[in-house]
Amino acid sequence: MTVRPFAAATDYVDDVVRAFMVACVIWALVGFLAGLVIASQLAFPALNLGFEWTNWGRLRPVHTSAVIFAFGGSGLIGSSLFIVQRTCRARLFGGWQLGWFIFWGYQLFIVLAASGYVMGITQGKEYAEPEWYVDLWLTIVWVAYLICFVGTLLKRQEPHIYVANWFLLSFIITIAMLHLINNAAIPVSFFDWKSYIVYAGVQDAMIQWWYGHNAVGFFLTAGFLGMMYYFVPKAAGRPIYSYRLSIVHFWSLIFLYIWAGPHHLHYTALPDWTQTLGMVFSVMLWMPSWGGMINGLMTLSGAWDKLSTNAGLRFSVMSLAFYGMSTFEGPVMSIKSVNGLSHYTDWTIGHVHSGAMGWVGFITFGMLYYIVPVLWGRQKIYSEKLISWHFWIATLGIVFYVCAMWASGIMQGLMWRAYDANGFLQYSFIETVEAMHPFYLIRILGGLLYFIGALIMAFNLWKTATGAGARTVATPQLQPAE
Amino acid sequence: MRSSHAVIEKNAILLAVLTLITVAIGGLVQIVPLFTIETTIERVDGVRPYTPLEQLGRNIYVREGCYLCHSQQIRAFRDETERYGHYSLAAESMYDHPFQWGSKRNGPDLARVGGKYSNDWHVGHLTRPQDVVPTSIMPSYGFLSKATLRTDNLTAHLKTLRAVGVPYSDAMIAQANDDLKAQIDPDGDSSGLLTRYPGAVVASFTGTAAGSTPTEMDALIAYLQMLGTLVPMQKATLENLAQ
Repeated sequence: MTVRPFAAATDYVDDVVRAFMVACVIWALVGFLAGLVIASQLAFPALNLGFEWTNWGRLRPVHTSAVIFAFGGSGLIGSSLFIVQRTCRARLFGGWQLGWFIFWGYQLFIVLAASGYVMGITQGKEYAEPEWYVDLWLTIVWVAYLICFVGTLLKRQEPHIYVANWFLLSFIITIAMLHLINNAAIPVSFFDWKSYIVYAGVQDAMIQWWYGHNAVGFFLTAGFLGMMYYFVPKAAGRPIYSYRLSIVHFWSLIFLYIWAGPHHLHYTALPDWTQTLGMVFSVMLWMPSWGGMINGLMTLSGAWDKLSTNAGLRFSVMSLAFYGMSTFEGPVMSIKSVNGLSHYTDWTIGHVHSGAMGWVGFITFGMLYYIVPVLWGRQKIYSEKLISWHFWIATLGIVFYVCAMWASGIMQGLMWRAYDANGFLQYSFIETVEAMHPFYLIRILGGLLYFIGALIMAFNLWKTATGAGARTVATPQLQPAE
Repeated sequence: MRSSHAVIEKNAILLAVLTLITVAIGGLVQIVPLFTIETTIERVDGVRPYTPLEQLGRNIYVREGCYLCHSQQIRAFRDETERYGHYSLAAESMYDHPFQWGSKRNGPDLARVGGKYSNDWHVGHLTRPQDVVPTSIMPSYGFLSKATLRTDNLTAHLKTLRAVGVPYSDAMIAQANDDLKAQIDPDGDSSGLLTRYPGAVVASFTGTAAGSTPTEMDALIAYLQMLGTLVPMQKATLENLAQ
């Protein structure tokens, strides 16, 4: 194999980034398919197949972990290593050795976690299901990642640390803090997978949702905002709209987000003062969230015409629109009286998916369409037309999915609290389950469209990376996007 | 602003430290007081550690991901208290490692399901939910009745729970295996079990022969049948419910 011309000049560690991108696409397909399976099980319970390994309760964490940690995590960590090298004009700290350790270490974490779920190995805490030995392994990998990232920042050739890196650094630090505290547990024995969480009851609930909401806040938001702050300006060919807004956005977002956890526990046995704090901060969070959205969207001012020629950029812009929508919906749902209706229903599922499919998914797809030609030294993507197909099919899928869940969630909430003329509860629980069936069918359709879109993307990226067309000698990108 | 912030964005370590401080504040304010303010957990009678069988049943509940469809947290709404019973108290989950309040009701809340249905109903329902509730979307858990409960490390489980704060006494740990078997033998001597764990339901949950090791379904049903039954809510006063 000849020397890769586009890497030689700067000697960036890009093999690891390429591996992460491949993993990202594979895990996307796995995660979306798992979602399709469990959505179908809710509509057709026979699909649970009667095996313990294929029951809904065991497969649901496979879906959530595959999407959040495997697809999202691979895309996020991989692109962060791409971004930090370029915006610092420095080779990755620790070189390919540390880079490959992070890659394989993280993939091992995913495989250990997911194989455990189907065998019933779980801590029983949402989004923190991996047991103690997997948690310990992730801690080692995460420390390596932190050292690699901060080390690269420290050896940078640029005087300033670019804004994308602030968000990425806050993501790495905060996830470390949340992971260590929420997963504190004592194993039954050194040779037993089972452990007991050190917290109990109400304290455990608070710590879990402090973790859970900030997995959303720092993994799925701050991390992907870091992605946004690099790839949107790059794809648009414009600097970030407002430097000042970036500063306000960053500090207010990371300060406010961490308080929002208790809105998952409204009207529970959690003390009222904590619930109220959670609600107030969740509502305040609307402001920095929209500040970030505005900063991203306005970056396109003067470059909106690129939407018609750069189909990948369309994903980034649509993701910001979904981000704005779900960060408005979130504060509304955190208001106690609204939450009284929405909690425990599909409305929450719809909200999460407008964020996950619309924001996290689309910003990642936009990143992939930008980064794959660069990483594999191609002039352009294999087919712009296929990107358009992916875009419209996936957008339609999200609309089906989210609208179905809004309708079923609100209906379910209203049916639970409906009274008849004699003052009795109008519906038995099972009647509310039956009423969900048509919406579950629509959701399957939405998920299927989204999955088909991802298949189209995988094909397009595969063709781009391997297909016809000579490798281009790309100019090394020495300028940070600042 | 540009000049003052430039100091931070030119120093990676300073940026990291300030970030850590900024993200630590919210958690410190919301979490630490829950351990120090005494009224966080109500002072009510009846809450006790789980019997060995209930605890192992709870572990199966966790293992199968039941919490992903069933909440164990009744909110203080008229419709919820009429459908499920008295709203949940913090005290009722004070020995729950981990908590299982849940976040979604694909199925009904289970916080007070104990005693609501017979053991036979649970066996039939867990084995094939659609036989009992035709339009149910719940998976079947028939495999639990074929699986013998793993009990060789039972005392290690109780000791670990003691290490994280559940008040298991030395006697409870020493008698754990006897208590486990006594709970599925209604004809045997269960006085020791009931002294250590007042209000425990002793029953032949699935018909497992007395003296033999319970099945996983025995354990799960024993757990389900005690949920929400420990605190005598009719005796609770506003004062001891105050948080």
